[in-house]
Amino acid sequence: MTDQQTGPEILRVSGLTVTFPSGDGPVRAVRGVDYTLHRGEVLGIVGESGSGKSVTSLAVMGLLPPTAQVEGTIRFDGVDLLAASEDELTRVRGERIAMIFQDPMTSLNPVYTVGYQIAEAVLAHRDVSKAAARERAIELLGTVRIPNPDQRVDSYPHELSGGMRQRVVIAIAMANDPDVIIADEPTTALDVTVQAQVMEALAAAQRATGAAMVLITHDLGVIAGQADRVMVMYAGKPVEVGGVEDIFYTPRMPYTLGLLGSLPRLDRPAERLTPIPGSPPSVVNMPPGCPFTPRCPLSSEVCREVEPELVGVEDAAGTSGDGHRAACHHSSQLAGAAAGEVFDAGGGEDLTGHGAAPADPTALTGEAGR
Amino acid sequence: MLLYAVRRIVISIPILLVSSFIVFWLGTLSGNPLTPLLLRNPPPPQSVLDAEAARLHLDEPLVPRYLAWLGGVFRGDFGPSVIATQDIGEELATRFWVTMRLIIVAMIVALVLAVLVGVYTAVKQYSKSDYAATFIGFLFLAMPSFWLAILLKQGGIDFNTIVGDQVIYTIGASSIPPPDGLLARVADVAGHMVLPTIALALISYAAWSRFTRASMLETLNSDYVRLARAKGLPRRTVMFRHALRTALIPLTTVTALDMATILGGAVITETVFQWRGLGDFLIESIRQFDTYAVTSWLLISATIVIVLNLVADLLYGVLDPRIRYA
Amino acid sequence: MPDAIDTTHPRPAAPADPDREFTVEERSQAQLVLRRFLQHRAAMVSLVVLVLLVLLAYVVGPLWRYDVGQITPDNSAPPSLAHPFGTDAVGKDQFAQVLGGTRTSLQVSVMVALLATFVGTLWGSIAGYFGGWVDTIMMRIADLVLTLPLIAVAAMLAHNLGGTWYLIGLVIAGLYWAYVSRVARGVVLSLREKEFIEAARALGASNTRIIVRHLVPNALGSILVNLTILVALAILLETALSYLGFGVQVPDTSLGLLVNEAQTALTTRPWLFYFPGLFIIIIALTINFIGDGLRDAFDPQQTKVRQ
Repeated sequence: MTDQQTGPEILRVSGLTVTFPSGDGPVRAVRGVDYTLHRGEVLGIVGESGSGKSVTSLAVMGLLPPTAQVEGTIRFDGVDLLAASEDELTRVRGERIAMIFQDPMTSLNPVYTVGYQIAEAVLAHRDVSKAAARERAIELLGTVRIPNPDQRVDSYPHELSGGMRQRVVIAIAMANDPDVIIADEPTTALDVTVQAQVMEALAAAQRATGAAMVLITHDLGVIAGQADRVMVMYAGKPVEVGGVEDIFYTPRMPYTLGLLGSLPRLDRPAERLTPIPGSPPSVVNMPPGCPFTPRCPLSSEVCREVEPELVGVEDAAGTSGDGHRAACHHSSQLAGAAAGEVFDAGGGEDLTGHGAAPADPTALTGEAGR
Repeated sequence: MLLYAVRRIVISIPILLVSSFIVFWLGTLSGNPLTPLLLRNPPPPQSVLDAEAARLHLDEPLVPRYLAWLGGVFRGDFGPSVIATQDIGEELATRFWVTMRLIIVAMIVALVLAVLVGVYTAVKQYSKSDYAATFIGFLFLAMPSFWLAILLKQGGIDFNTIVGDQVIYTIGASSIPPPDGLLARVADVAGHMVLPTIALALISYAAWSRFTRASMLETLNSDYVRLARAKGLPRRTVMFRHALRTALIPLTTVTALDMATILGGAVITETVFQWRGLGDFLIESIRQFDTYAVTSWLLISATIVIVLNLVADLLYGVLDPRIRYA
Repeated sequence: MPDAIDTTHPRPAAPADPDREFTVEERSQAQLVLRRFLQHRAAMVSLVVLVLLVLLAYVVGPLWRYDVGQITPDNSAPPSLAHPFGTDAVGKDQFAQVLGGTRTSLQVSVMVALLATFVGTLWGSIAGYFGGWVDTIMMRIADLVLTLPLIAVAAMLAHNLGGTWYLIGLVIAGLYWAYVSRVARGVVLSLREKEFIEAARALGASNTRIIVRHLVPNALGSILVNLTILVALAILLETALSYLGFGVQVPDTSLGLLVNEAQTALTTRPWLFYFPGLFIIIIALTINFIGDGLRDAFDPQQTKVRQ
């Protein structure tokens, strides 16, 4: 799966902002997100908790609480979903855009059988008999590789394991052959051993329906195997966008590099994992400048004052990356750097030793490192 | 499910038995049944006291006395009353339905009101009507039931004065003598029930509406309701089939647990409106140190509560598949 | 409003400035709780009202020109400057009576709350902490108490014991502890599974140490909230008992007893009826709001309703 343009555009999000009122002032959960999804394509959205990736998807589904203030446009197949009525949204949800949530233990209603809950999704959009909906439910359970689907269809959620339940949720998502499936951290709540199986079921679902997919995760390993393109989010904004290979091999934003550094790699066993110091900023009363500044080893005066725009970057080899964009004042310094070199206990000094030309001398003093 | 039901029923039997012993023991703590005799002036001769003590089995130790009483209860004999002419069992039987019709109707009224308001305020969380309902709920939680009942009674009297006719009855459970004709009799009983029902219902309503609201908020914010909406189910379907259906399950337990409180509330309501029901019987029996009557009353009320809890348990099993197999 | 952000993931607060980050980390739990409580408007208003009412009963009451039970020359007088709450048929000043009744009712309910909380917390924690058959037996006993209509049992026992306020308190506390024990057991059961308790146990801490150093401080919020609710419940039960004639007896007075004495004269001397009732409502209402504020302050996530 490489970054081929798979089909015509199906979903375009532009200038999306989401603000929640709170006791401490407005919470700006999403501060301007743009992305385009093509038919059949898999877009990975990566970021830590609170980076706004889930809120972005809920905004697409129109499932944010009524207190949320949403601005921007979300065009789905030519229709602006933010301007659509609740009735129109009801017709789109489950029929054309489906969503898979993080926790399979709580996603299913405990008092109905899984078959009923799948059939319900079919009956909401198709004028078929209950018996036909049940047949469809059994068929779907088979597609997501649940053994003995004709018996399991009458099980209650509590009789199934977490992995099985998440397969049921995937079956619900694919019930009406949607155009887009949004999977919000589909494997995070599961045991490592079943994560791969569930991802496989998800891939099978995507193949069977031909849907485009938005795959939200904080696990870069999941992204690497599935996504065509990747968007990295931090503090409610995309900070780097590009093809999956651009992001993995030539990251141009220190945060992405940090995420890669936190990822265990089997191909380089000797390398030590490098955590990113600190935690994401509070999205209430955000200071000006780049939000990653307090945790960034490359931060300088300009980072504290001006928030960088998302702009196209050139790859290390000099060829212009196709659609590879990053939001960093020092993105050119990062060409070819490894996480361990940038994020080190000693701060940024190491980088100088590796000969990367410092454009801004203050960036490399120990001032920012802690 | 059958196994679950049988197990619940079997567990209830020892609970009832232990409860009956505790009740009997509590009865002995309610005072000496000879007190009214002892307070007489001039005091009655010792032989009279001894005879009365023997009639009331006071000369026997606690456990044999309890066993004899329990054996009698199974035969319909609830023990000797202080008032020699009074049959406790008969008295309880005639008063039972007077009180039960008040309790049952009040519970239904309270439940319907609580669910309506609880659901509405959960859906309209933080709206003006939510705040208003919350405040009213807190107000009823803080209102002494006897005070509210007296206020309602006075309201009824004032209303009748203004109208110039006896429209709302404020005293008794029915007219004496009862009016002729079945329809007139039913209307008479219903007319007498209006105010006591409101008084009794409002007390439970407060707690139940708060509970329904919280329970409904929990399901409304649950992941499965969000998934139901993501499936494209219409808002009403999500609300009733997924949110409300699941939110109401714990209310069965809460209602059953509150049964004891409602029985206590009925004691007060009956006192204020001068009903000759179970509550009135209890008050009179306590005043007269009629320990067997008090004990039998407590046994009846404990049985009602335990049976209702059993019913709620079984109902819970039907409504929530997770319990059935546990 | 807090639930608006619930749809997003909980995000740890970390300000840009490292120094500020540390001060945030070090702000103690107690300070946070206090701050949240101070922001709870209904609870703060209630607290002020309740303090004023307590001052009225305990400071103004003894200084007032009439004592409880003192007969004045004015009988059946409506509220005036001389008698703010009017007088009854024999000329007793209702203001003095209500303040006296408030003192009795408050004393009983505070005594009930403290006693029932102590016994119930101990009972429930032991049951929850040890589990197994200890738990089964202890909680079955508590459940049996709960199947009885409290007012009936309380009336029965109080009638035999006589109308002294602390005996009434003893009787009510002897029934309400069962409620507390259920709550306490629930809290202990949930805490027992928490990692920090496991960790303490793994480090070899004794049962006593775990209970004193870990369980009690963490259960404190629930205990305090229940303490306030118990005061409200107890005042309602005590006044109901006194109304029925099984509670506090003359020459002492209670708010319930005052309502009882006033009910026959509701049309002729309504002030006798309204003022004591109003005082019961104000006390129970403010305490409930304070309890609500405390609950929100200790555990903003919890939405459970009191029973």
